[in-house]
Amino acid sequence: MELQEFIEKFAAQFDETDASAFTPETEFKALDEWSSLTALSIISMVDEEYEVLLKGNDIVNAETIDDLYQIVKSKR
Amino acid sequence: MSYNPFSLDGKITLITGASSGIGQATAIECSKMGAKVIITARNEERLNETFAQLEGDGHQKIIADLTIPEDLDRLIESIPQLDGLVNNAGVIKTLPLKFINEHDLINILNINTFTPVFLTQRCIKKKKFSKKASIVFSSSVGGVYKVSLGNSMYEMSKNAIDAFMRSAALELAHNGIRCNSVNPGMIETPLIHRGTYSEEDRRKDIEKYPLKKYGQPQEVAFGIIYLLSDASAWVTGTSLKIDGGVTL
Repeated sequence: MELQEFIEKFAAQFDETDASAFTPETEFKALDEWSSLTALSIISMVDEEYEVLLKGNDIVNAETIDDLYQIVKSKR
Repeated sequence: MSYNPFSLDGKITLITGASSGIGQATAIECSKMGAKVIITARNEERLNETFAQLEGDGHQKIIADLTIPEDLDRLIESIPQLDGLVNNAGVIKTLPLKFINEHDLINILNINTFTPVFLTQRCIKKKKFSKKASIVFSSSVGGVYKVSLGNSMYEMSKNAIDAFMRSAALELAHNGIRCNSVNPGMIETPLIHRGTYSEEDRRKDIEKYPLKKYGQPQEVAFGIIYLLSDASAWVTGTSLKIDGGVTL
């Protein structure tokens, strides 16, 4: 799995936020559009695309998109 | 003092999904109230754990996957006439709308909706209910009294079984058979401990409950006992909320 591809799939879960806002360093929980539904969408996307079952606490423990990418990678 | 209108003394009661959560607590509590319980589930090891905790004797356990027609038929063949049936087995998967897929939707509807319908249907057809039998469905506040983000598949399955319960209550009333459901809010069971929600989500969610806690499986089992017992002899077609006030 690649970081760039992960970021694109991550960004696809948002409707309002511009694609340019998503980089490895993006602190995603600080984005205006972030909500509990987005969190569920990210968990569902990772399950569907990477067959990894993230926990709610994984989302809590990740600050940046790269943090989450590393968690997903470690669980594959 | 022996007065107890909630007694299940000698009542033969079949409980599905008895290997964990609400089903396990219901089996144990029913046995303490004097019922002869027949417990069923897919997982042998966990079903044995429940069986070992039953009080009294004359109980029975049957390993079966009731989504498989042959297992369902085998179960029906091996049970005596029932005074009570608790259609409890259930699953959940939280997925936002755009991730709904055929596999998960069919699995949820199979276990939560179709199986209790077919089990009830087979029991009726094979005359497995005694006069004045009571059927209880484990439904939910979700899909019936409220909805929550990402749970559309689960909620439609529970709303459907609630509607079936009312239709069955009307149709079976002339046989003296009563049908009701229990509709719990969040209960501390393996079903909700899959980690989709973080500790922080959980704390925030509990704040929405006026009684400031999630329920315990026994607290639902006690509602089921009421509906199985003669104390509820004039109650049929009711969806009994057991929810810590979350729908207020």
